[in-house]
Amino acid sequence: MINILKIAAKNLLRYRRRTFLTSLLITIGIVAVLLFMSLSGSFRALMVGQITDSMLGHLQIHKKGYVASIDNLPLTLNMKPAMVAKVTDYLQHDKDVAAWSPRIKFGAMFSNFKETTSIRLNGVDPQREVATCPLLPGRLIQGNHQQPLVAPGKIVIPELIAKGLKVKVGDSVVLVATNRDGSVNGNTFTVSGVLEGISGPGGRDGYMDINDARNLLRLQEPELSEVAIRLKPGVSLNKAFKAMRQHFAQITNQQGKPVFEVHTWEALSPFSNIAKMIDMLDTFIKVMLVAIVLISIMNVMLMAVYERIHEIGTIAAIGTTPSRILMLFVSEGLLLGILGAVIGIIISVATIAIINARTLTFSFGRQDNLVLQPTISLNEILVISLIVVLVAVLASLQPAWKASRMNPITALRHF
Amino acid sequence: MALIEASGLCKSYQAGDVVVEAIKEATFSIEPGAFVSFVGPSGSGKSTLLNMIGCLDTPTCGNLSVVNTDVATLNHKQAAVFRGNHIGFVFQDFNLIPVLSVYENVEYPLIMVQRWSAQRRRKQVMELLEAVGMQEQAEKRPNQLSGGQKQRVAIARALVTNSKLVLADEPTANLDSATAHRVIDLMKSMREQFETTFIFSTHDPKVMAEAEVTFTLVDGRIVQPEAAA
Repeated sequence: MINILKIAAKNLLRYRRRTFLTSLLITIGIVAVLLFMSLSGSFRALMVGQITDSMLGHLQIHKKGYVASIDNLPLTLNMKPAMVAKVTDYLQHDKDVAAWSPRIKFGAMFSNFKETTSIRLNGVDPQREVATCPLLPGRLIQGNHQQPLVAPGKIVIPELIAKGLKVKVGDSVVLVATNRDGSVNGNTFTVSGVLEGISGPGGRDGYMDINDARNLLRLQEPELSEVAIRLKPGVSLNKAFKAMRQHFAQITNQQGKPVFEVHTWEALSPFSNIAKMIDMLDTFIKVMLVAIVLISIMNVMLMAVYERIHEIGTIAAIGTTPSRILMLFVSEGLLLGILGAVIGIIISVATIAIINARTLTFSFGRQDNLVLQPTISLNEILVISLIVVLVAVLASLQPAWKASRMNPITALRHF
Repeated sequence: MALIEASGLCKSYQAGDVVVEAIKEATFSIEPGAFVSFVGPSGSGKSTLLNMIGCLDTPTCGNLSVVNTDVATLNHKQAAVFRGNHIGFVFQDFNLIPVLSVYENVEYPLIMVQRWSAQRRRKQVMELLEAVGMQEQAEKRPNQLSGGQKQRVAIARALVTNSKLVLADEPTANLDSATAHRVIDLMKSMREQFETTFIFSTHDPKVMAEAEVTFTLVDGRIVQPEAAA
């Protein structure tokens, strides 16, 4: 086989320019695919990381119907203590769960004593919240990262409100909220931090201690709007979701209807659609690569067979079996694919290293200076290389088959 | 026992609406180690006959045995294996592979047809190149050789697999008279050295005079086998 590959390599070198151009085309295709995959993968990982690790967690549990009305933050659809007990009991025993955070979500009026605006707030247990969303403290652009996210009597506000109302850390503010019965209550809080706003639901929410939220809303019982859940590393989101959904679907009310609903972050965030589009684009660009390799190699191999008919007649006449002739031409296609793949991978890896060394930033929504850190795994490189090599072999099969089936006499008469 | 035995051999093919009888009722036998020519004018059927002996074509009727094998019954792959094991070919246009050196051209059948070890290949190829006087040109490409040199390489390639039979279709047609004689002399000396049967076709009277047995073909029919004086 090594000798056949050597002969195939010499055959490729007889048309250097054509070999160079075909390899170049494959190289460009591979560079485009690998760079796109690394950049889109980096963007996707960055955004998904932000969403799951600083806002939503991986999964959330609500009272049935809450998510449909989530824009209103309805206090009437909070989970009652009996429901909360069922949720906490389950989560404490689920081995897939790394952390979970109880939340009370509500809307309030925010005043700096001069101006007033509306604000969406999460009442949280700071330790549980940070365990569930470990990147949340990293979003603090003002305030102390070392202290708990939010202490009793304090509030962490979103960047937009801080800028809009010219509020800074240490300032006193008033929150006025309407409770479930429609009555209004107000409390004074001290701003302890300002959070960078990020894209997606909850990306411009403020945070306060869960007990402060209960007091402000005059909740008599320890009820919750939602429970955000962080899964352990390596646990399949879909598998955990299915198990959780199945468990909570069995808990029904007197009418026999489920009282809980479980959602993945994908169902809660519009970014999941962007992530799906990125995956689609990934697939599309891979199909383009397959087409490039298939067409270019098939074209060049068809030309090679046509130009070497007389030579094929000669090697067939001296006793080269059809299978060896087939192997010779398939080897030429294979070498073309390998050559393009190797050069493409080297250029791609070098380009990724250069991008990382130069710090590539971009803006997304209202977020600026997001740093893209493209990476490409060995697995992805191997998959793309395998695709290219397989398609190269496939593309040369038809011309090689044609060459191997030639009648030696007819071929020898061809000039 | 004869190396080649043909009886009542015929070959016809369709050319448009016309059936052309290229070979008619050919009966002959060729002994091992013979130096044989098929002669005749253009279109007399020399090449068709050589193609059938060389398992490149199959007879329409009659029997043809080459190295004790009924070659008419071989399929595409079996015919290729048979050619690789028993028959060497020398072509009018030399048919060397342009991207390979002289050495690699001669080595080619040992890689692609018979799978010899590298060490064995080297020894065999160098012996053959020395025998045809081309060892000094081993690294040259075909386009750096004269016509006579190319044909020497082609003869070495035909003999490298220890073929029992070498078929040469008009091997001197593209060579000048002096070179043609040198090539025929080389073929003769190779016959002596390797005890190989050489069968060639020609329409050059000077070349045909070198053959020990000559079969003359006229319109596809062997008119007379002639032994050289």
